[in-house]
Amino acid sequence: MAKTDIIIHDKKDNVGVVVIDKITPEQNCNCWVMENDGSVTIKSKSEIPLGHKIAMIDFKEGDTILKYGHDIGKVVKAINKGEHVHVHNVKTKKWFKKK
Amino acid sequence: MEIPKSFLGYKRENGRVGTRNHVVVLPVDDISNACAEAVANNIKGTFAIPHAYGRLQFGADLELFFDTMIGTGKNPNVAACIVIGIEPKWTKRIVDAIAKTGKPVEGFSIEGSGDIKTIMKASQKAQEFSQWASEKQREECPLSDLWISVKCGESDTTSGMAANPAVGNLMDKLEPLGVHLCFGETSELTGAEKVCATRGATPEASKKFMKTWSDYNDFILEEATNDLSESQPTAGNIAGGLTTIEEKAFGNFQKIGSRKFIDVLTPAEEPKKGPGLYFMDTSSAAGECLTLQAAAGFNIHLFPTGQGNIIGNAIEPVVKLTGNPSTAVNMKEHIDLDVSKILKREMNMDQAGDELIKTTIRAASGRLTCAEVLGHKEFVMTKLFRSA
Repeated sequence: MAKTDIIIHDKKDNVGVVVIDKITPEQNCNCWVMENDGSVTIKSKSEIPLGHKIAMIDFKEGDTILKYGHDIGKVVKAINKGEHVHVHNVKTKKWFKKK
Repeated sequence: MEIPKSFLGYKRENGRVGTRNHVVVLPVDDISNACAEAVANNIKGTFAIPHAYGRLQFGADLELFFDTMIGTGKNPNVAACIVIGIEPKWTKRIVDAIAKTGKPVEGFSIEGSGDIKTIMKASQKAQEFSQWASEKQREECPLSDLWISVKCGESDTTSGMAANPAVGNLMDKLEPLGVHLCFGETSELTGAEKVCATRGATPEASKKFMKTWSDYNDFILEEATNDLSESQPTAGNIAGGLTTIEEKAFGNFQKIGSRKFIDVLTPAEEPKKGPGLYFMDTSSAAGECLTLQAAAGFNIHLFPTGQGNIIGNAIEPVVKLTGNPSTAVNMKEHIDLDVSKILKREMNMDQAGDELIKTTIRAASGRLTCAEVLGHKEFVMTKLFRSA
């Protein structure tokens, strides 16, 4: 079994989670899909630490991030496939005060 | 793995079973803490549970205060209980309710006699209780005597990937054996609330959950000064890779496995529909949530953590597990079970669930948890609104 660098919860997900200490730019990463025991690979564009997310596709502003097969927030700044996905480019859709 | 059929627990007068044999000195109010702590200092084998409230509360907030105090005293992990308050009336209300379990309980009030005489009288009774409790022996009890509460903290993405689903796996295996189970954290299901609602075992349970969640959400929106992204996720969650409350919620939700909840409990409410999974309306702050679950009668707690929450509880042993390999090494003294091999795919969820069952049974049978050894006895009252 190839070493797993990234785990993807659900086959619908468009982000994966780094499960090694960190991945570095231009690294060819092995991804394991938990739901169906599938495998995919991706080339990273950012340094991403353990537990942080990588974009599995290109995103534009307003797109939805899917993890566990569900909506976990909206893209607020375009993200390229292979880049770090976090609070700098994704925000919650919840808890905005009603004006 | 063949699941063990029993654990060693303390059989109580009312038929419940304790995983611990505590003799507690319970102050009714903030100003009785000093007296309670003096008694606990005098009499070995006892400890006090000091807290900040109990004066001039009213309405629903006062009722929750009583439910929390009474539930703590009634919990089967408590063998016997001394209650000390400034006034006799509220002290007696708590004593009388705890006494219904049949366990030894006695109340003392300070007004009119002062701390020193009260400490003397309460210490004499505490000595009697401590020596009485010290002769209690653990006996073999079926796993159905376990009442397991769960709550996660300082979560990160490894929580949703390893530690929380390991708890879910345990629930899937133990629920059919007649165990009582409880999850809470109303606000931390935000984003996953509709999916969670579909896990109600009956339409009533689902409806009750949605009403509970909506009420909490309305309260948050009423009081919030921003989108709450400074508090939920927390700075620790964000450092661990969690980006939004929705992501945290779906990770949190992994703790119930594929179970369905049979009822929705108000804070500190004792479950009355028999074995199975319950949802309790609680804050997501660990101290508050665990105190409410313990007051509802749960006798052992499972606490998955990512970045390393160190919480314990005054009366419920807290078993901690992590899927984060750094936390497992750097905060080793806090971690009862390391499931980080899941990330390397050297351990699957079935194995993680089995390991957690073994760890839980050992802790329930008397092995001290990390939190107990390190002296964590958090007891935090949930306050619904300002006192009068």
